[in-house]
Amino acid sequence: MAQYITKRVVMAIVTIFIILLMLFIMLRFMPGSPFNDEKLNDTQIEQLNEKYGLNKPIQVQFFNYVINVMKGDFGVSYSISKDSDISVMLNTRVKVSFRIGGQAVLLGAIIGLLLGIAAALNHNTFADTLCTVISVLGVSLPSYVFGLALAYFVGFKAGWLPLLYDEKQTFLSSVMPTIALCMFTVATVARFTRSEMLEVLGSEYMLLAESKGIYGPKLIYRHALRNALIPILTVLAPLVVDLMIGSLVIEKIFAIPGIGSLMVTAIQSNDYNVTIAIAFIYSAMYIFLMLIVDILYGIIDPRIRLSNKE
Amino acid sequence: MQDNYILRIKDLSIDFQTTAGIVHAIRGVDIDLERGETMAIVGESGSGKSVTAKAIMGILSNNATVRSGVVEFHMDNETSETVVDLLKMDKKEIRQNINGKQIAMVFQDPMTSLNPLMTIGKQIMEGVLWHYDYTKEAAYNRALELLELVGITDAKKRMKSYPHQLSGGMRQRVVIAIALACNPNLLICDEPTTALDVTIQAKILELIKDIQEKTGISVIYITHDLGVVAKVADKVNVMYAGKIVEKGNIDEIFYEPKHPYTWALLSAMPDLNTNDERLYALPGTPPNLLQEIKGDAFAPRNEYALKIDKRLEPPMFKVSDTHFAATWLLHPKAPKIAMPEALQNKIQRMREGA
Repeated sequence: MAQYITKRVVMAIVTIFIILLMLFIMLRFMPGSPFNDEKLNDTQIEQLNEKYGLNKPIQVQFFNYVINVMKGDFGVSYSISKDSDISVMLNTRVKVSFRIGGQAVLLGAIIGLLLGIAAALNHNTFADTLCTVISVLGVSLPSYVFGLALAYFVGFKAGWLPLLYDEKQTFLSSVMPTIALCMFTVATVARFTRSEMLEVLGSEYMLLAESKGIYGPKLIYRHALRNALIPILTVLAPLVVDLMIGSLVIEKIFAIPGIGSLMVTAIQSNDYNVTIAIAFIYSAMYIFLMLIVDILYGIIDPRIRLSNKE
Repeated sequence: MQDNYILRIKDLSIDFQTTAGIVHAIRGVDIDLERGETMAIVGESGSGKSVTAKAIMGILSNNATVRSGVVEFHMDNETSETVVDLLKMDKKEIRQNINGKQIAMVFQDPMTSLNPLMTIGKQIMEGVLWHYDYTKEAAYNRALELLELVGITDAKKRMKSYPHQLSGGMRQRVVIAIALACNPNLLICDEPTTALDVTIQAKILELIKDIQEKTGISVIYITHDLGVVAKVADKVNVMYAGKIVEKGNIDEIFYEPKHPYTWALLSAMPDLNTNDERLYALPGTPPNLLQEIKGDAFAPRNEYALKIDKRLEPPMFKVSDTHFAATWLLHPKAPKIAMPEALQNKIQRMREGA
């Protein structure tokens, strides 16, 4: 197991490094520069480039950047908010996005799992059909539909929850965006759980467990759910990243100061450092989650764990 | 003890609800099994052998409905003996009182019948921990004892293995160990050797026979392989299209078969002691059980079918106290038709060989 994990960690680090390199090169080749301002003359732009080291060869820039990132310094913003430290800029926004996204994933995964299990256990009954309907709705309706509906009915008409994000009531403000964001996860997880559980429930080892006399929650948890879990984990992991990094539309609806909207502004204004920093957080999280999932696979399934031994 | 029966199935009928309609999978099955006896249920795929076994175990799928019948099981506790109808018990009652403790089952494919995520030790221990107040240690020792009983060497090391680390034959031994964990009185083996190598088959059959001698357990074999039947069974039930068409002692079925279907099955058995180039194959396919069957289900494939076979279903005719067959050929007014000559010769050779 230790060897399996070490191998995965090394691969993760290498991947992150390659991603950083590609991000860096691709952004430098984008048209324009951070200083596309008519008021600036050539010498001023020259000075700015000199100041931020953008006139050096790209390999030197990359080398310096990597060294700084390792120190935890993502550089400063060029244009959005001049010269302010990106680590500081992102700090509050990341917290808000992670919180809402994390809540949405947790809620979505739990409800989705329960729905999927209930549907599989009551296969071809009303409960099963209901679960299928919810899944189809959740997958096909975009999250802003739920967001707007919630904002209108719960936030505006009933006035139960703050309509817009309020720094003083962070939890209450996060409820509606969380619900709106979790619908897709609920639907996806429910759908996968249902089909995986149905397959597992029809397997011979379930019959064997039943013929031992096992029944009830223990039968479902010990024999069925664990076997159904691997494909569910596989679909859940990318959803986690998608939600944690924040959704632009949901952030706009509820006026949330998250990283989704910052990313879009940064790309539009060629603010290299901000864009790379956000993209880097995104990919690093993705890789980190994949690493966790890989390790979980190994914990759940001995066939994966042991095949790596030899 | 009034009688020596452990299991009596009377007039069992089971339907399956499918998208194509209702399938009458079992159409009035009667089976009697005595204590310590080994009985085989033989038939083609889809004849309803496995469904009968699943009905006894209470593990029928959700789309099955029991139309009629009783499954009387003689529960044997240390103090008393009670007769229960397994079909009248709900799932929870069966799981608590019958499965594992009274009746256990060995499944066809050991590749798929073990939980891939649990060590085999845990899977063997699970039953006793679930049904009785065993301590972990006691359960562990019991599992070791069982692994040794089923002939697995290096039992201590094997307890920690996962199913995928074992060969097919080993896995089937583990499945047998799981079945025996709670000392059941009846063991149902659903094609226990079909998925195994021929060389392993004989060993598994010997193992079950051996265990039976040691424990006095009753065994039901479900198989399509008459070779297996000949090796292990005391009594044979031949099943066709959801019905028992012939039943009798092993000698009666092998040496004096009366039903044309049994003739066909025996003729289709490979035989090395003959110069015949061709192996007999039964023409046609079993009937579609979606439709109501008129007359004898076997009639369309039966070259000895009489006119009455197409109209009326034959009842069970008594041949001897233990031997019954459902064919009009046994009716006193029926024309005297003997079994095919090739089969007579084959049986002659089998008698000499035995």
